Amino acid sequence: MWDYTDKVMDHFKNPRNVGTIENADGTGQVGSLICGDALRLTIKVNKETEVIEDAKFETFGCASAIASSSMLTEMVKGKTLEEASRITNQDIADALGNLPAEKMHCSVMGMEALDAAIRSYRQGGKPVEFEQQEEKIICHCFNVSEEAIIKAVRLNHLKTVEDVTHFTKAGGACGRCKGEIQKILDKVNGAAPAEITSQKPYSEKTIVEKIKAVEKVLEEEIRPKLNRDGGSAELVDLAGSTVKIRLVGMCSGCVNAQATIKNFIEKTLQEKLDKSIIVEQA
Amino acid sequence: MKEIYLDNNATTRCYPQVVEAMMPYFSDKYGNASSMHTFGGQNRHAIDAARHQMAALIHAAYDDEIIFTSCATESNDAVLFSAAEAFPDKKHIITSAVEHPAVLEPCRLLESRGWRIDFIRVDEQGRFDLEELKSLIDEDTSLVSVMWANNETGTIFPIKEIAQIAHAHGALFHTDAVQAAGKIPIDVQKVGADFLSVSAHKFHGPKGIGALYVRRGARFVPYLVGGHQEKHRRAGTENVPYIVGIGKAAELAQKRLTDGSVQKIAALRDKLEKGIVAAIPDVKINGDVQNRVPNTTNISFGYIEGESILMYLNDFHVCASSGSACTSGSLEPSHVLRAMKVPFEFAHGSIRFSLSDENTEAEIDLVLKELPPIIERLRAISPFYKQRS
Ligand SMILES: Cc1ncc(COP(=O)(O)O)c(C=O)c1O
Ligand code: FES
Repeated sequence: MWDYTDKVMDHFKNPRNVGTIENADGTGQVGSLICGDALRLTIKVNKETEVIEDAKFETFGCASAIASSSMLTEMVKGKTLEEASRITNQDIADALGNLPAEKMHCSVMGMEALDAAIRSYRQGGKPVEFEQQEEKIICHCFNVSEEAIIKAVRLNHLKTVEDVTHFTKAGGACGRCKGEIQKILDKVNGAAPAEITSQKPYSEKTIVEKIKAVEKVLEEEIRPKLNRDGGSAELVDLAGSTVKIRLVGMCSGCVNAQATIKNFIEKTLQEKLDKSIIVEQA
Repeated sequence: MKEIYLDNNATTRCYPQVVEAMMPYFSDKYGNASSMHTFGGQNRHAIDAARHQMAALIHAAYDDEIIFTSCATESNDAVLFSAAEAFPDKKHIITSAVEHPAVLEPCRLLESRGWRIDFIRVDEQGRFDLEELKSLIDEDTSLVSVMWANNETGTIFPIKEIAQIAHAHGALFHTDAVQAAGKIPIDVQKVGADFLSVSAHKFHGPKGIGALYVRRGARFVPYLVGGHQEKHRRAGTENVPYIVGIGKAAELAQKRLTDGSVQKIAALRDKLEKGIVAAIPDVKINGDVQNRVPNTTNISFGYIEGESILMYLNDFHVCASSGSACTSGSLEPSHVLRAMKVPFEFAHGSIRFSLSDENTEAEIDLVLKELPPIIERLRAISPFYKQRS
């Protein structure tokens, strides 16, 4: 049971400005069915004054997602684009009289949708997906970018990985990205540890170094992608340039297992480590 | 207004007869059952009687095959860690992908300590894959632990076949029967279980007391040590009132299995389920409808999110559960629905209704009246409902 404020309950039960504006001047979208929450914001903008004259939303999500979206539309109406673009997730949460920590990501989603809607207006009105820019995705479960995490850390003075999860969802599912999130925290909060990389060619590496190198690529490049389909891969054995991999989860028994091994895992290992690597299914 | 309680897989009401049976053991007959004086020592008889009642519910051959624990989580943990201790040369344990965390998490812990754990998959109806079990079990397998009935969907697993496969390979078999106890007949001898876990609060007993069946002869290393209680298999001064409570609850549950209560619950559940399917488009029943405990239905309402449905139901004092807990920590839909490959647009909007024999037709009618407009309202806000294919 969540301790929602009366404001949250009011905006959940009686959401303001539900729907889509016909011929909207800006459309911002964020989230997806997979993430478990999503928001579509449409705005009508006065071309001369750049004042947002109308805003409507549609939301898929929990009570606080719906309340945050509703509050957001109320907050932006009557503001200029410039004023609106300064609204932060904390402003949305404050306007709602606060949100439970675990639900802060709902307010972040509002801020992101607004950001996308404004960009959409600037680009002539065609809908903009928040995460569409080329950027480094850190959390593959929830499609959260490095930029989004950095922004959340800065704005809200986040200190721990758990904080980041509450605000952005990153790290909230499989948890594989937690290491990366910690690195971002260290970087933003000024405590970056030095990267140690070995330059030795793969064939000259010791067994232990090979295992570490393969594991690193598995962890950083391969598992996050497989994970999106509910699968993963385990290193079983390794000899010379042959690497034995076992597919697990949804990937094991998948009809495309062989293709996954050859076209994806082998190719990635070849690119990252050495052209001679051969991957076999264990 | 009284709540309409449709969340009996989460916990049940402790029946007044159970509370009544427990009461004397708090302030009147408070003696320690191990004492040499009659005042305390006579409580041993109360414990023996409860052990007999509990043994009867699951058809244990001997009363002393029942060990009282603090809850099913403890029972499950005890069995898994016992397997690890008792068979140091066997480093493989098999369970299913849809177990309760009270089995999954100790398994993951053992995995991190070097055990090999396999999580048997289920199909789209949530049915257990016996073939996969056969292909993965080997001489290294010490324990197969598979739940009797699933807490989210109510799906019943082929426990007897699973036990046979386990035994054929020299492994012991444990079943988490928390969601089966009191809902369907349980006979540990017929199915050939070596270990079985139950929790009293799931069959109208008190919270914080459970039982573990350990077949005579099954290798078992205790989890709690430090006393002679429960024949050294679970140390700690016996919780007499709660043991009396689980005994009474077991006795009442046994009666309900044969007095028509179960049929009544199934009829109400079916009425609710059919009514929802008839009144609301884009819904999906999750689980093996041919093979379910009689009180549970798990229904997905497409394109909307479970928590918001529950919040609206709460206005009508209707208590149910959602398969998707929208906290940032677990925005993933439930691992059970994911294992069944329920599509995301349905997995996030799943609601579990779990009934008891205290529910009435009028309550079900109220849900059937109030639910459709709630779903309609939320779908009107959802960006995905209009776009659905
Ligand atoms: C299948 C199953 N196993 C174990 C448990 C744990 O029971 P307890 O919390 O009483 O230990 C539950 C309770 O939700 C359950 O449904
Ligand atoms: S939780 Fe971030 S990648 Fe899985």
